[in-house]
Amino acid sequence: MPDAPLLEIENLQAFYGSFQALFGVSLSVSVGETIAVIGANSAGKSTLMKSIVGLVQTKNSQIRFRGNELSGLETHRIVASGIALVPEGRRLFRSLSVEENLMAGGQLKRNGPWSLAEIYNLFPVLGERRHQAATSLSGGQQQMVAIGRALMANPELILIDELSLGLAPIVIKDIYAALPRVTAAGTTAIVVEQDTAQALTVASRVYCLRGGRITLEGEPSALSRADISNAYFGV
Amino acid sequence: MVWLNAILQGVLVGGLYALFAAGLSLIFGVMRLVNIAHGDLIVLAAYVALTCVTLTGMNPLLAILVVAPLMALFGYALQKFIFNRTLGDDILPPLLVSFGLSVIIQNALLQVYTADSRKLNAGPIEVASVKLADGLSVGWMPLIMFVSAIVIIGALQFMFYSTPLGRALRATSDDQEMARLMGYNNRHLYSIAMAISLAIVAVAGIFLASRANFDPSIGPQRLIFGFEAVIIGGLGNLWGTLLGGIILGVAQAVGAMIDPGWQLLAGHIVFLIVLAVKPEGLFPRVDG
Repeated sequence: MPDAPLLEIENLQAFYGSFQALFGVSLSVSVGETIAVIGANSAGKSTLMKSIVGLVQTKNSQIRFRGNELSGLETHRIVASGIALVPEGRRLFRSLSVEENLMAGGQLKRNGPWSLAEIYNLFPVLGERRHQAATSLSGGQQQMVAIGRALMANPELILIDELSLGLAPIVIKDIYAALPRVTAAGTTAIVVEQDTAQALTVASRVYCLRGGRITLEGEPSALSRADISNAYFGV
Repeated sequence: MVWLNAILQGVLVGGLYALFAAGLSLIFGVMRLVNIAHGDLIVLAAYVALTCVTLTGMNPLLAILVVAPLMALFGYALQKFIFNRTLGDDILPPLLVSFGLSVIIQNALLQVYTADSRKLNAGPIEVASVKLADGLSVGWMPLIMFVSAIVIIGALQFMFYSTPLGRALRATSDDQEMARLMGYNNRHLYSIAMAISLAIVAVAGIFLASRANFDPSIGPQRLIFGFEAVIIGGLGNLWGTLLGGIILGVAQAVGAMIDPGWQLLAGHIVFLIVLAVKPEGLFPRVDG
């Protein structure tokens, strides 16, 4: 690869107390890529995302972002360096309106392509409902707020955990249609997804996790169905 | 007319109770910390004001300008060096620390200032009043307290709902992990919240000390009044807290009219009735 990777993870070991959830995960992401992380429930996908932003305890691990070590940094400092997470279950601020949620996302005032106007351009329905309580929106619209809130930080890397979980198919289609515009604006993305077929349509590379270990890595076009199901289910 | 006067005085005292409550409610709302030492901090502020007035001879009401920043600084440090270390998933450690703080403040005040009861002398304004009608008059001091309560609660309301700081505090209150993911430094925000709370405590303490005698042991009683105002008004609603304070003040005034011994009892009874009939308070915050 000509450029140094944007994100480089080596030997990631993540723990919840004494329970180990990730065992020596290594991956690297270059600028402009869209990475899909697939795997069954409890494979460690969400743990991987949370480890990157410092919400899970890690040991003997290297997580480098633009060459700088992130392990041991506080979450708000990691976020300030240019990584945003769209969490599983959206977790909007319930006492804030749609617009206030977006503004909370943009409070670091990092420079970049994303502003309130750009988010409303990407998801017009949010502009129409900007003054409503964020949690009064439908599930799909809430996911749009969650994505918009993360983009407002103008991150160089956006982590999206369970992009389509619990959403209606038509809504999933809309949100996936917006993803290329996000990456076209220069934002690198890692998308965690249980819906493998959907994830492979947008990803430039895919990693599969099972039991806290990476079982497969490659470009979607180079992977056969058998490769994927073998890595996913271990059969 | 005597009854009307009692009710009016009760309303005005309610403003003071709302001031006791506002700082308490702010801290509970932002970090889910029940600050048992809140009443003792009010008394501490009263003694700081007393020292300030004794040293410089300034008017107690002007002393607010000195005591409020001092208490705010103390609050920031208290949160940064003590409470922030105890906050986590378990709400018990900070509760116990605040209980310990309460004991420490009471005993430290006893050591330094003795158990003698003291009072701040605000001068002629203490007894000056406006006569509204025969048997109905309003003292300037209670009026100043009441207006201050409205101004402070209005300012808090504005801060919470119309400023970036308020948005940050509400976001942290909703979901502290997500707030960190927005790049907010929760510990710094908590320290700012405690600083604001103790600045309000300073105002409450000075009003308390100019209204009546105080000694190191009266903190817990003020904490109870503050609690009752918050619960009656409904958690998380600042104007509700003001109304809660007023209801408590009126209940006490009416109780005292029936029998002087019933003053405190009447307030507690109204509180218990609200708790039994509408445990979420009369004006709870409505979330989406």
